[in-house]
Amino acid sequence: MNTPSLPILRSGLLATAITAALLAGCSSVKLDDVPVESRTPVSAGALAGNNNAGKGTASSTVTPVDLSNGADALKGAGRVIYFDFDSYVVKDEYRGTVDNYAKALAADRKKHLMIEGHTDERGGSEYNLALGQKRAEAVAKSLALLGAGQAQVEAVSYGKERPAVQGSDEAAWAKNRRAELNLK
Amino acid sequence: MLNTPRPELPHATGRRALLGAVAAALLATSVSAQAQFKVQISGVGATQLPIAIAKFRDEERNTPSLSISAIVRADLERSGVFRATAGNGALDENSQPVFAEWRSLPVDALAAGSVTRLADGRFDVRFKLWDVVKGNVIAGHSSAVEAGDLRLAAHRISDAIYEKLTGVKGVFSTRIAFVTKGAGRFTLRVADADGENWQVAANSNEPIISPAWSPDGKQLAYVSFDKKKPVVVTQDVASGARREVANFRGSNSAPAWSNDGQMLAVTLSRDTGSQLYLVDRSGNIVRRLTTSNAIDTEPAFAPDGVGVYFVSDRGGGPQIYRTTVSGGNAERITFGGAYNISPAISPDGRTLAYISRQGGGYKLYTLDLSAAGAQPQALTDSSDDESPSFAPNGKLIIYATRAGGRDVLMTTTLDGKIKATLPSPAGDLREPVWGPYGR
Repeated sequence: MNTPSLPILRSGLLATAITAALLAGCSSVKLDDVPVESRTPVSAGALAGNNNAGKGTASSTVTPVDLSNGADALKGAGRVIYFDFDSYVVKDEYRGTVDNYAKALAADRKKHLMIEGHTDERGGSEYNLALGQKRAEAVAKSLALLGAGQAQVEAVSYGKERPAVQGSDEAAWAKNRRAELNLK
Repeated sequence: MLNTPRPELPHATGRRALLGAVAAALLATSVSAQAQFKVQISGVGATQLPIAIAKFRDEERNTPSLSISAIVRADLERSGVFRATAGNGALDENSQPVFAEWRSLPVDALAAGSVTRLADGRFDVRFKLWDVVKGNVIAGHSSAVEAGDLRLAAHRISDAIYEKLTGVKGVFSTRIAFVTKGAGRFTLRVADADGENWQVAANSNEPIISPAWSPDGKQLAYVSFDKKKPVVVTQDVASGARREVANFRGSNSAPAWSNDGQMLAVTLSRDTGSQLYLVDRSGNIVRRLTTSNAIDTEPAFAPDGVGVYFVSDRGGGPQIYRTTVSGGNAERITFGGAYNISPAISPDGRTLAYISRQGGGYKLYTLDLSAAGAQPQALTDSSDDESPSFAPNGKLIIYATRAGGRDVLMTTTLDGKIKATLPSPAGDLREPVWGPYGR
């Protein structure tokens, strides 16, 4: 296992350090053996604005990103985490998303995050509600390990009652097995 | 004895009887169509008692919007126990029927009655039931009801006829609750047991699931998402007064009333993971019922007031277990199949109804709890069954399923032979639950 290369950020440095320390001892959410990517917490839109010279935007345009409260960083970070069938594991590809939310929460202890777990349409309402809860709690656990305060995060479930996509095929089901993150 | 003589039927011989039977069958068909429900009868041995419910005197004049006699006829047909016809001729509860004519129709029993408007605006509904074979009166009553209770008066007549002729208490005057979804709105509704007379109990842009009747039939507990998370509320059906009984951190769901109506078993995630708790009607936690690292949900009280059935995936997939109202060890109940959920217990405690995933489909099953080693019985050929609930007399199960691209509600007898689809004038219907006796 290689040593993760830690991102050095203008904010959330402490949270990231805690993250790295905690990750070593974490096994239940399958985040421990993932190399931490270097990334800057700016939105996708901001990145595009900075880097798409020659695509119709003046090359001298500068889009300001305020990192002081962490919220802007989450705009492009994705507020939905998708799950595999019958799985509650937060996949590696959402590592950055979870990291960004954890930083935002660590940076402002007044912030509150609702995590809504969802399932696909198959099976009963109540059992699916419990399955969605399990997904939401897996995300909450990841966030706590990355420095978010326990009281800042609430994991709840909609079960199969609020599908993101209508349809009864794997493509639709895959879009519905998810956790939605709502920062307040 | 080898050749048991068949009981002699007073009307089963001759060409005239045959014609009568055909006429009766035609009449029954038209009645079914009019009442907007469909009864499917499958398998052999579905014997049905032929009965005539004559048009009630003055019902067309005094209650033009609903026909008491048609409601009674439809009730009896849907039970699967009767084949109902209207017959001909003007009769009321004071008539002296010519029994030979009715026997030749052929019917074994005849009911007739009247609807009279009283000076205070109420209606006097009377009926009498005759045993056509013996030629005597076997039941009858009169009741004065408000206009809003005319259907109830009809269902009470159905109950009286059903009980007199089968020895089992009828459930026609009971109510059901269910949730409809249409145009992005979720509506908790209460209807008569025949699926007619829809009334709105609660409306929301957010989902509503898992309604449960209090044992006295006065309140509904259900899961509301109005707070952007699942919260268990109780609602007084008559007044609409609502109260949150479980709004803890995390998810709150799956309410089930204790038999005395004083407590509810609920699923809470307040201590992480979905676990069963007992709360009182004010929402105070009385005790935690399960302590596992798995999902424990869908509690259902056994009629003995001690047993609590529930779903747990502590063994891998979801299975039905039984613990007690004091908590303690859980005993696994279902073994067939890898996914068994949504337990409902018959009023006599002998039958478990549940949903089992079999070959990719979700099907309504029953398991005889009174016989050791009993095998699960499939009751349907459908593949999207959900939410079984017993009628208070234990003779029918209501459940949700999919038919014709819509979510519909159906009832079935416990042998699965007689099924009826409830009317669904709008939207998708789901989450049915059968209310107790009395209202």
